[in-house]
Amino acid sequence: MSNQYKLVSCIINGKKVEKMVDVRASLTDMLRDDYRLTSVKKGCEVGECGACNVIIDGECFNSCIYLAVWAEGKEILTLEGLAGPNGEISDIQQAFIDEAAVQCGFCSPGFIMSAVEILEAKREFSDDEIRKLLSGHLCRCTGYENIFRAVKKTMLRRLGKDAEADLV
Amino acid sequence: MYDMKALYEAESVQHAIQLLIEHPEAQIIAGGSDVLVQMREGKRAGKELISIYMIDEMRGISYEEDGAIRIGSLTSFSHITKDPIIKEHINVLGEAVDMVGGPQIRNIGTIGGNTCNGVTSADSASTLHAWDAVVEITGPEGVRRIPIHEFYIKAGVVDLKPGEIQTAIIIPKKSYEGYKGHYIKYAMRNAMDIATTGCSVNVKLSEDKKTIEDVRIAYGVAGPVPMRAPSAEETAKGKPVSKETVKVFAKAVLEDINPRDSWRASKAFRQHIAVVLAERALKESIRLAGGEVDE
Repeated sequence: MSNQYKLVSCIINGKKVEKMVDVRASLTDMLRDDYRLTSVKKGCEVGECGACNVIIDGECFNSCIYLAVWAEGKEILTLEGLAGPNGEISDIQQAFIDEAAVQCGFCSPGFIMSAVEILEAKREFSDDEIRKLLSGHLCRCTGYENIFRAVKKTMLRRLGKDAEADLV
Repeated sequence: MYDMKALYEAESVQHAIQLLIEHPEAQIIAGGSDVLVQMREGKRAGKELISIYMIDEMRGISYEEDGAIRIGSLTSFSHITKDPIIKEHINVLGEAVDMVGGPQIRNIGTIGGNTCNGVTSADSASTLHAWDAVVEITGPEGVRRIPIHEFYIKAGVVDLKPGEIQTAIIIPKKSYEGYKGHYIKYAMRNAMDIATTGCSVNVKLSEDKKTIEDVRIAYGVAGPVPMRAPSAEETAKGKPVSKETVKVFAKAVLEDINPRDSWRASKAFRQHIAVVLAERALKESIRLAGGEVDE
């Protein structure tokens, strides 16, 4: 095809940005290639594994099956956006480390962004609900239990239930 | 990068119709969770796309003047599940679309896309058939509305003429008032799987909850397109709420359905599952409607 480009303006990790984007690009392509946000992984690229998951206007999306041009006017959050002012990692990331919820690490950014959506709901979910909310991700290393524990502990801690979290 | 020939972005329904007339070969893309995947697989590679995803007027759920529930075709599955109108009147539709794919898919997938691709396994389709949904189609000649079972022509083909797009799905008031329903998806995994068979049932009970005034049942993957089971419905209409009624009803679905052998499951297995699901879904629907099936 003849090259077709479009100006796409959006907010990425709190910053207003604007770039000419190839209309054939997926949002994964745009975030990785144009903005160097490489936490957004290319896994299956057909929306099954969740490695490319990002938060758009508060909801999780697989960016591999989301056209980059649809980002126009949207607010996007990637794992890079979780860092504190001096590059500190967030509580959910620390929990992934503490619970050994990371082995090869490829699925982690996607999982953590789904965890962020869960945590942002600011309510306590049942174990079954947490499992369902994390079900759009594949992890071939951990067997999921440690990931589940990291999410549940962080959820409880954010709700002020530290004692309960320690027992998970 | 996707292997597409060109992308046209529609800004309004009228603009989409105009683009469809200008580019008759182009494929409409709503949320893209089917179209983009097929493009990646090569099936739709090199095609022109008309994106309707940014048309916000096609999103949301509201009442029409006569009390019918209107679901904009671009409403995502997760928004249907969370919607207060759906929760109050057709909770089963919210539950059914909460079984599609995984959480991220339910945020991008739309009810319009789920029905327009014409596949029999769509989790929304059997429930929409079972609730006598009406499809609103907008085209160069204006708006027309047809029952959902007429919308499906054959596997993968729906009644969209050149220049037409589906703009809403409507559940008339008489179709939902007083009914309670239940959907069961039978699949190999709980997430990211396609139904081996899906069954949606709803009932309207008499005031004393002893008689089935009306019952409707529809299947996905029991034939080339989603379908109702009219013989089964006839056996239970006006009958007392009882174990016997449920058994006869469930057995009778075999007169209506026509599943096939596929790599997912054999015909015989699907027939067996269809009967079991009919029984369970009817029992649960009766319970939800306030009735009790004696055991």
